[in-house]
Amino acid sequence: MATPVRTRDGGSALGRSASRRSRGESPFRYASTGAGIFLLVIMAAIGVFLVVEAVPALQANKGSFFTDLIWEPNGSQIFGIGALAFGTVVSATLALIMAVPVAVGVALFISHYAPRRMAGVLGYVIDLLAAVPSVVYGLWGVIFLVPFMQGPSEFLNEYLGFIPLFGGDLVAGRSMLTASIVLAVMILPIVAAISREVFLQVPRMHEEAALALGATRWEVIKVAVLPFGRPGVISASMLGLGRAMGETIAVALIFPATFGISFEILTPQGNSIAANIANGFGEATPIGRGALIASGLVLFIITLLVNTGARMIVARRKEFSGAAS
Amino acid sequence: MTTIQRISPNRRFKDRLVQFLVYLSFAIAVVPLVAVLWMVIKNGLARFDLEFLTHSMRNIGATDAGGGAYHAIVGTLEQVLLASVISVPIGLLTAIYLVEYGQGTRLSRAISFFVDVMTGIPSVVSGLFILAFWILVLGFSFSGFAGALALSILMMPTVVRSAEEMLLLVPNDLREASYALGVPKWRTITKVVLPTSFSGIATGVMLAIARVAGETAPLLLTVFFTDSINTDPFSGPQMGLPLFVFDQATRPTDTAIDRAWAGALTLILIVMLLNLAARLIGWWRSPAKGR
Repeated sequence: MATPVRTRDGGSALGRSASRRSRGESPFRYASTGAGIFLLVIMAAIGVFLVVEAVPALQANKGSFFTDLIWEPNGSQIFGIGALAFGTVVSATLALIMAVPVAVGVALFISHYAPRRMAGVLGYVIDLLAAVPSVVYGLWGVIFLVPFMQGPSEFLNEYLGFIPLFGGDLVAGRSMLTASIVLAVMILPIVAAISREVFLQVPRMHEEAALALGATRWEVIKVAVLPFGRPGVISASMLGLGRAMGETIAVALIFPATFGISFEILTPQGNSIAANIANGFGEATPIGRGALIASGLVLFIITLLVNTGARMIVARRKEFSGAAS
Repeated sequence: MTTIQRISPNRRFKDRLVQFLVYLSFAIAVVPLVAVLWMVIKNGLARFDLEFLTHSMRNIGATDAGGGAYHAIVGTLEQVLLASVISVPIGLLTAIYLVEYGQGTRLSRAISFFVDVMTGIPSVVSGLFILAFWILVLGFSFSGFAGALALSILMMPTVVRSAEEMLLLVPNDLREASYALGVPKWRTITKVVLPTSFSGIATGVMLAIARVAGETAPLLLTVFFTDSINTDPFSGPQMGLPLFVFDQATRPTDTAIDRAWAGALTLILIVMLLNLAARLIGWWRSPAKGR
C-alpha cells in the first residue's frame, strides 16, 4: 500500500495522503466509534436513572407495588402498578386486534389491487397520515369520538351484553373501547406503511410463477405474498403494539382515569401507565414523581419485552421466508 | 391445443370475496383518517388567524376569546432545532461507524441491537429519563433545552437507522475506486460516501424531525407549561405546540377548544411541510445527480 506513486505533476500522491491519513483517519474513526458507544451509554443511563429515582418512592410505598389497585403516592403513599399495567396491555391489545387486519388489507390494496398510478399517491397519503401527531388524534377522540361512541356502546351492551366483554351496568363514551379505537386509528397507518413496504418486496418471480400455474389473484397472495411478508407484518404489528402501549396524550385525554381491573370495556373505566403519568405529573409530590418514574420503568420493561419478542420472531422466520432470492 | 380450463366457481368466489374484503378494509381505514383531517381543518380554521399566530396566551383566561399560540410555535421550533443539532451528528456518526468501521464486530452488533431497542422506547419514558437525570439528579430546571434533550433521544435511533440504510445503498465500487486512488478511508467517507447518500440522509432526518415535532409526552415532563413568550430555551419553562393543544383540550370551554383545534391545524401544517420538504430533497437531489 505504501509504495510511492508519482503523479503527473511530480508530487507523491500516496505519500501525501498517507500522512494525511495518519492525521485525519484516527480522529474520525474515534469520533464515529465514540458516537456509537455514546448511544449505548444513553441506553444504560435510561435504565440506571429511572431506577435511581424510582427506588426512594418504592421504599416509601406503604402498599404493595405489584398487587395494590390504588394509586395514591401523594396522600396515603399506597400505590400499585396492577391496574395501570392491565389497562396498558388490554387497550393496546384491543387496538392491535382492530388495526392489524385492516392494515394488512390496506397494504394489500395499495400493493396489489389499486391501479398502479393511484397506488403511489395512496402510499404517500398513508405515510403522511402516519406522521399526524398523536395529540391531534387525542383531540379528535375526546371531542368527536367520545360523544359519538355513546350510541354504539349502548347498542352493544343491550344486544351483546351476555358476552362478558360487553357487559356492565353503566355504559359511557369514555371507555376502554373508545381509547382502543383511537389507538387503533393511530397505529393503523404505521402498520399499513411497513406491511406495504414488505409486500412490495415480494420477488416478482414468485408471483409470476404462481400466475403461470393459473392462480387467481387471491391464490397469488396466499401462496406468494403472505408467506413472504409474514415476518414483516408481525414485526410491524409488534411495533404498533409498542406504539400503542407507549402512547400517552391521546389516551390521557380519553381514559376516565379509574383504578381497577375490569374486562367490561364499555363501562367508564380504564387507565394506562402512560396516561397516568401525563395526568398525575402536574400535582405530584417528590414521592409521587418517584412513583410515576417507577411506573415508567415498568412500561419501559414491557415495551422492551415486546420489541425483543418481535425481533426474535422475525429472526427465526427469516430462514423460511425465501428472502434470499 | 387444449383450451385453458375455466376457473371453478368456488375459486372465483373466494377471489372475489377477498377482493371485496380488501376494498372494504381500505374504506374502513380511510373513514376515520379522513374524518380526523377534515375535523381538524374545519374546526381549526375558525381560529387560524393572524392573532392566533402572533399572540401568546398571557393574561388570557380559559373562558376568554382571543389569544394565540405564538409562544408555543416559537418553543416548538427552538426545541426541535436543538434536538436536531444534538441528535443528527451523533446519529450520523453512529451510522458511519456501523456501516464503514464496525461491520461484523461485536460492538457494532451491540450498538445495532440497542438502536433497535431505542426505536421502541415510548416517548413518555424518554421524558421521564430526562426528568430523572437532568432535572432531579443534576438539578437543572424545566426548560426548552431539557425538552430538546428528551426529543433528541427519540430522534437518534431514527436518524441512525435511515442514515445506515442510505450508506449501505452506496455501491462498494465507489469506495473501492476512491481507495484505488489512494484516498484515505475518512476522506472517502466525507467526500464520496456522504455526498452520494446526501439526499437520502436528509430525507431521513427531515422525517425524524417531523416525527418528534408532534411529540407531547416528553415535553409535558421536561419543559412544563407557560402562557408567556419565552424565547430562551435554556432558562425557564417554555411551551410547545403539541403541549398547547393538550393544554387547551383539557379546558372545558368552547374558546379553549377552538384554540386547541387551531393549534392542531398549525401543528399538522408544520409536520406536513417538513414531510413535503423531505420528499422534495429526496426528489431534487437523487443519488444519481449527487455532487
